[in-house]
Amino acid sequence: MATIAIAVDDRQKRPRPRTRVLEDERWLAFALLLPTAVLLGLFIAYPFVKGVLLSLSADRVGVSGGFVGLANFDKIWNDSIFRTAVWNTFWYTGVTTVFKLFLGLWLALLLNRHFKGKAYIRAAILLPFIIPTVLSTFAWKWMFDPTFSVINWALFKLGLITGRINWLGDPDLAMTSIIIVNIWRGVPFFAISLLAGLQTISPELQEAAAIDGAKPWKRFWYVTWPLLLPVTMVVVLFSVIQTFADFQLVYVMTGGGPANATHLFATYAYQIGIGTGLLSEGAAISLAMFPFLLLIVIVQLLYIRRVETR
Amino acid sequence: MAQVVIRDLNKKFDEVHAVKNVNLHIKDKEFMVFVGPSGCGKTTTLRMVAGLESITSGEVLINDTVVNELPPMDRDIAMVFQNYALYPHMSVYDNMAFGLKMRKFERAEIAKRVQEAADILDIGQLLKRKPRQLSGGQRQRVALGRAIVRHPQVFLFDEPLSNLDAKLRVQMRVELKKLHNRLGTTAIYVTHDQVEAMTLGDRVVVMKDGVVQQVGAPLELYNQPANRFVAGFIGSPAMNFATVSLAEHDGAVWVEGPDFRIRPPQSSAGRLRGHAGRQVVLGIRPEDLRVANGSDPADLGFDAVVEVTEQLGSEILLDVKAGPASMVASVEPTVPAKVGDRLRLALNPDRLHFFDTQTEAAI
Amino acid sequence: MIEGAPWRRWVFFYIPLTLFVFVLLFPFYWMLITTFRPDGELYQPWNSPRYQPFWTSNPTLEHIKYLFNETLFADWLWNTMFIAAISTVISLFCGVLAGYALSRLNFPFAGSLGTGIFVTYLVPQTLLFIPLAEIIRNFKLGDTPWSLILTYPTFLIPFCTWLMMGYFKAVPRELEECARIDGASRVQAMLYIIIPVAIPGILSAGIFAFTLSWNEFIYALVFLSSPGEKTVPVGVTSELIRGDVFFWGPLMAGALLGSIPVAMVYSFFVEHYVSGLTGSVKG
Repeated sequence: MATIAIAVDDRQKRPRPRTRVLEDERWLAFALLLPTAVLLGLFIAYPFVKGVLLSLSADRVGVSGGFVGLANFDKIWNDSIFRTAVWNTFWYTGVTTVFKLFLGLWLALLLNRHFKGKAYIRAAILLPFIIPTVLSTFAWKWMFDPTFSVINWALFKLGLITGRINWLGDPDLAMTSIIIVNIWRGVPFFAISLLAGLQTISPELQEAAAIDGAKPWKRFWYVTWPLLLPVTMVVVLFSVIQTFADFQLVYVMTGGGPANATHLFATYAYQIGIGTGLLSEGAAISLAMFPFLLLIVIVQLLYIRRVETR
Repeated sequence: MAQVVIRDLNKKFDEVHAVKNVNLHIKDKEFMVFVGPSGCGKTTTLRMVAGLESITSGEVLINDTVVNELPPMDRDIAMVFQNYALYPHMSVYDNMAFGLKMRKFERAEIAKRVQEAADILDIGQLLKRKPRQLSGGQRQRVALGRAIVRHPQVFLFDEPLSNLDAKLRVQMRVELKKLHNRLGTTAIYVTHDQVEAMTLGDRVVVMKDGVVQQVGAPLELYNQPANRFVAGFIGSPAMNFATVSLAEHDGAVWVEGPDFRIRPPQSSAGRLRGHAGRQVVLGIRPEDLRVANGSDPADLGFDAVVEVTEQLGSEILLDVKAGPASMVASVEPTVPAKVGDRLRLALNPDRLHFFDTQTEAAI
Repeated sequence: MIEGAPWRRWVFFYIPLTLFVFVLLFPFYWMLITTFRPDGELYQPWNSPRYQPFWTSNPTLEHIKYLFNETLFADWLWNTMFIAAISTVISLFCGVLAGYALSRLNFPFAGSLGTGIFVTYLVPQTLLFIPLAEIIRNFKLGDTPWSLILTYPTFLIPFCTWLMMGYFKAVPRELEECARIDGASRVQAMLYIIIPVAIPGILSAGIFAFTLSWNEFIYALVFLSSPGEKTVPVGVTSELIRGDVFFWGPLMAGALLGSIPVAMVYSFFVEHYVSGLTGSVKG
């Protein structure tokens, strides 16, 4: 039979059995994960261990200080600037997240309609998120400049103020200014992510609810929002962590000032660890973020799991 | 040449024992069909033959070689998947050539074989297209073409027709049959559709819960089902079942139902005698029931009330109630039965099936 | 959609949307106008009658000239591009392989490794920059582009892996199985079938990773010290501010020009970027 002849022919052409190690899923997985494991091990796990050790000793730049136990943590705990920084970080994270969520959701709902030029609007709206934060923050710093502020000019022309506002010179106003810029930068991320979530919700559900007689607000509250909740939770998780550990925005806007009033964990750690050269103390300050971050991640992950499985 | 032998094959997923002690001998050039409801282990068995699933215990031999440890690439088999699994980024030609390229065939030989397969399947004009530009039937042909260019030892089919619409499915079924007659390659074909199994298979394996229920030629399964499951699974509409008791009176065995009493012919009486005085399950296919006429003996029929009539054109399906038992009878299209009619049905005495109530095995 | 009277459409749709767009884009307009405004106009107090905020009558290129002639801005641009490109390539390489392994292969601890990657994804750069600076110094990588090329993957790889896992999961298993039966080894099936099919995902991950690297600030600030080695964000911050004196013209010009490359990449691949962004959240 012809078919049999060809079959024999095939076997002759087959390549010699090579080493089949990579046919074993376990070895293949090991090989594929190796580069990632090396890089993450070297530049995440190792620094983490090193950071813990550093925070337990008294090193300065170029000077090894020996083991001092929890002295650094004790010191920062009694440091009023550090306490202010902790408070600032929570205030900053909390306020911006609420606003970003509210405004982002609103914008997402607006963008979820059909209108001309929607693709362009959507693309343009993401710009604050794309453009390097440091660079766009400089634009804001310039807009907040006490002498040349276009914001002051606008508020004055609108009749809302009579004198100048020293945005970055007053501790409370400086924090508010920073919060405004963070919200400005974060809203696009919320809006686009939530928009993607909204687009997975079938319009038929809205229509069914409308036919059932639900008013727009009720439709949102009983149909859209519950379905959007899982996405929202993940977006909030990412945003909270990024905001909590923020550095560049404050570094550019105020550098932690005026009078150390606007420090966050990260900027204070930078000032102490790199600026002053007290490596160990700086490491202790940034590591102090870790328990909070861990707590945030655990709480959110548990909550996300609950939302997703119910 | 290319026979497939399966010995004491077992597959355990974490908790589930999916395939239990399967033993099969698929002969060279045979078209073997695995059929059963979903989750019966037929696909898992096929995937173990393909090398896509590891074997928990037992052996698979292709061409007298144990292939348990051989990766799929070295088994010299071809497989057609339910969703066709065409490589979306490659043209039809490249899809068909891929297996040959992987095996380092000469360019000219690849072109020749692809052309040959394309001619057989009549897809020569599609070779430059991408899979997304093809209709369902065309994709199916390309998937087949990809398998046949390889001239493999064994073809494996995993429900290849179930994504097609009903009409195309019948057409492709015929083509598959022709293709097999022409190429003569050993084939294992998995389906949940008993019609496909009956029409395509040289032999059919019926599986349920990981256990082989019966292996045999299609008509063998139809005429002599090994147990109640096979009897009910093969044939459409499905076989009617009724629990009856067997009684022995005056040296004859009687089948006594709740509302009827029939006397099976001598041929089956011998087998039934051992079960006298016990309950058994009587099975009768709808096509072995007909409306009785005056000449039918009284003890081979029963009275029934028509509940639903289904006009199929070539026949009428009568859903009837005989006492507490519901039955379906397939009768001549000329029978003027209406819902609510009371009529007498006669059964074909040579085609009665009996099953043990406990083991469900045929008696 | 369900629509109401025209006035409702204005109040609930056009006006809020316009306000959003205006506020979100105004700082970029401000960057642009400042770049081309001569110093004389720039330093007019806001309450002076000659303050004209939205337009300039004497556009000038002096700030851009200053940037290129008096600073190492061209070097910064090149450094940023080089570092972003190489670290993106490294991260894509690692992320694609790891994503494939975690989404497609069965092996012990696959689940916990996946969780591990997700947790690393959440580690902010600011947590580890001080010990990392020590390590970079010990490895003799300080003040070289490699200090960033090797450390940026720490936040890019988890992201790429996470995104690619989502893409790979969406590729039907049968494609790969069919390839393996067709005679491909697992590695060949991955290279010839699965990776080509996942190219849109790889592109999304790449674009997103590139913008993230371009954006990175604290590592670049801490690891680099010579002006010629800096990236745009760090160079602009450290070289265009002398003590309390801000060179606003060149600063805004630098911000504008430093944003343009990343904005261009973004504009060419908006859809990929958006799917990367939303994919990174959904996973």
